[in-house]
Amino acid sequence: MSQAEAIDTSAMKVSDEVAIQITGMNKWYGAFHVLKDINLTVNQGERIVVCGPSGSGKSTLIRCINALEEHQEGQIIVDGTELSSDLKNIDTIRSEVGMCFQHFNLFPHLSILENCTLAPIWVRKIPKKEAEETAMRYLEKVKIPEQADKYPGQLSGGQQQRVAIARSLCMEPRIMLFDEPTSALDPEMIKEVLDTMIDLAKEGMTMIVVTHEMGFARQVANRVIFMDAGQIVEQNEPEEFFNNPKSDRTKLFLSQILGH
Amino acid sequence: MRDLSYVRTEMLGEREPPMGTSGIVKWIRENLFSSIGSGILTVLAIYFIYQFLAGILPWIFQSSWTANSLGECRDAIKEAYGEDTEGACWSVIAERYNQLLFGFYPKELYWRPILAFILLGFAIAPVLFDKFPRKFLIFSAIFPFLGFWLVWGGSIWLPISVMLGFVVAYYATKLLPAIVGSLGSIIGAMVLPILWWLLLAGPVAGMLHNILPLGIESVTSDKLGGFTLSVLIGVVGVSLSLPIGILLALGRQSNLFVVKTICVGFIEFIRGVPLITLLFVASTLLNYFMPPGTSFDLVLRVMIMVTLFASAYMAEVVRGGLAAIPTGQYEAAAALGLDFWKSTRLIVMPQALKISIPNIVSNFIGLFKDTTLVSIIGLLDPIGLSTAIRANQEWNGIVWELYAFVALLFWIVCFSMSRYSMYLERKLKTSH
Repeated sequence: MSQAEAIDTSAMKVSDEVAIQITGMNKWYGAFHVLKDINLTVNQGERIVVCGPSGSGKSTLIRCINALEEHQEGQIIVDGTELSSDLKNIDTIRSEVGMCFQHFNLFPHLSILENCTLAPIWVRKIPKKEAEETAMRYLEKVKIPEQADKYPGQLSGGQQQRVAIARSLCMEPRIMLFDEPTSALDPEMIKEVLDTMIDLAKEGMTMIVVTHEMGFARQVANRVIFMDAGQIVEQNEPEEFFNNPKSDRTKLFLSQILGH
Repeated sequence: MRDLSYVRTEMLGEREPPMGTSGIVKWIRENLFSSIGSGILTVLAIYFIYQFLAGILPWIFQSSWTANSLGECRDAIKEAYGEDTEGACWSVIAERYNQLLFGFYPKELYWRPILAFILLGFAIAPVLFDKFPRKFLIFSAIFPFLGFWLVWGGSIWLPISVMLGFVVAYYATKLLPAIVGSLGSIIGAMVLPILWWLLLAGPVAGMLHNILPLGIESVTSDKLGGFTLSVLIGVVGVSLSLPIGILLALGRQSNLFVVKTICVGFIEFIRGVPLITLLFVASTLLNYFMPPGTSFDLVLRVMIMVTLFASAYMAEVVRGGLAAIPTGQYEAAAALGLDFWKSTRLIVMPQALKISIPNIVSNFIGLFKDTTLVSIIGLLDPIGLSTAIRANQEWNGIVWELYAFVALLFWIVCFSMSRYSMYLERKLKTSH
């Protein structure tokens, strides 16, 4: 994917409305300081790619945004709601923020359709029939409506990840988080998942993507963030970031992942 | 230079497998005579099976069904099959099967446990097989009270008033949250029905019975016995130990210190004590802890102890299942906005229980067989009755026939459970 094709970005508008505001956030795992003084503002409609070496805290950062990890210091405001230990707030935020995982985490005991309708039915209290129609619409969008009655174990990795995306979309979230969505996939399947994500970006979804797919970053992102040792080292527009990195750490990282 | 290039121009289609790789000949060759060693073992096994059957089948079938005592029976067999024959004396079963099945339950009331047993079938069918109409689950919910009333008899108002306790709990969860908040309503839903059962259920039932006496002849617990008793204790233990075990397992994983400590303490204490000790506690000590004047039925006490015992084991089995669920499942459920109870009920538990099916059913089978221990505290289950029958002058000296019959009864139930668990595993399999 090093040769990024130009895509139609006309619908990808970044609005002035703030979707996520992180100020002075710190997190420790026991005595280990994983995230150091993170400040980040994400506007509605932004597509942000977070990259960095492993262990740099990029996954932890996005997992803090929907409270899968607890932060100890600082403030995270998602869609106007502050993340605190109040369970009500956490549930509100989680139903507004969709998340896709590296290992898909589909529910193996439920069919594809049931995977997609579970949360709308039980969290949003949408009638079953309506939830199924919505689910089918999103399954069509990720191009696997014919698999609706199968179980996750019967699908390929790429298909499973697309189902996972559809499952998140069924909750009609305003923000989507992707935690290395293509890292566990065979090369042949990476493209189908990236294409789905590109479609999503074209529709104006706010996305934060942790990934090593630099082609995707060039094509879709409006901002690339480079993290190392728990800190944001550099952020810039993709063009500048890739062609003209400022920090030595970034240069080294880029030379390592783009060099082969 | 060797030419290494190769291009496939057309893809190959599928072909039928070669002859001799399927069918019965193949099966016999693969499974019985795959090598010289396995051939020898097959022949030896066939020889031993033949010897075993040649020994036991004549004993089973050259038997007497009509004699009135052991001596009479032996004479009848010798007369019919020759001097040297030793046959089974099934007469003892023919004469005493009523007792082995029902204990000392009044003969003219046998229809009540039988009816309860048949209704039990209807009550568990919708729980076991999802092809059954879901409406039958209402009957499953009512059955415990109906079954209790059929077996013990007495006023119909008592089971109804006990059932009202659950109605109290239901309305507590519905109405209280608006008044005392969600935590208060959970506590209320637990405390109110207990208060109802302890203080009001009895008097209310008595009052209703005075107004409208509806009831059937009551049968006291000391009349209960035989296989009916085993089934009663077994069914109560099986159906209550799973839900209690699930709650204990969840409690053990809880972040709440008090809940966790109570659950761990309970599980470790119960598991560290032999069942027989608990049964002795039930039969003798428990009355000391009760308020004076309350006489608590012995069978009921034993049921409680057996259930608690099985729950502690069940909790550990379920915990094993829970440990096998990847954290990703919890995270995915949380990321979709499911709260703890919803994600437990919809995502975690179905998978954990599915993994634990073989162990759960093993525990059920063990529990059902452990009910025979009640014979030690003097309850007349089939084992207790066998001892009593053997002490009888007419049947003194009989061993195999009685225990074979009891074993057969238990085997039928346990084997059914085992088959059901295999059916369930196949049905729930969602991957290849």
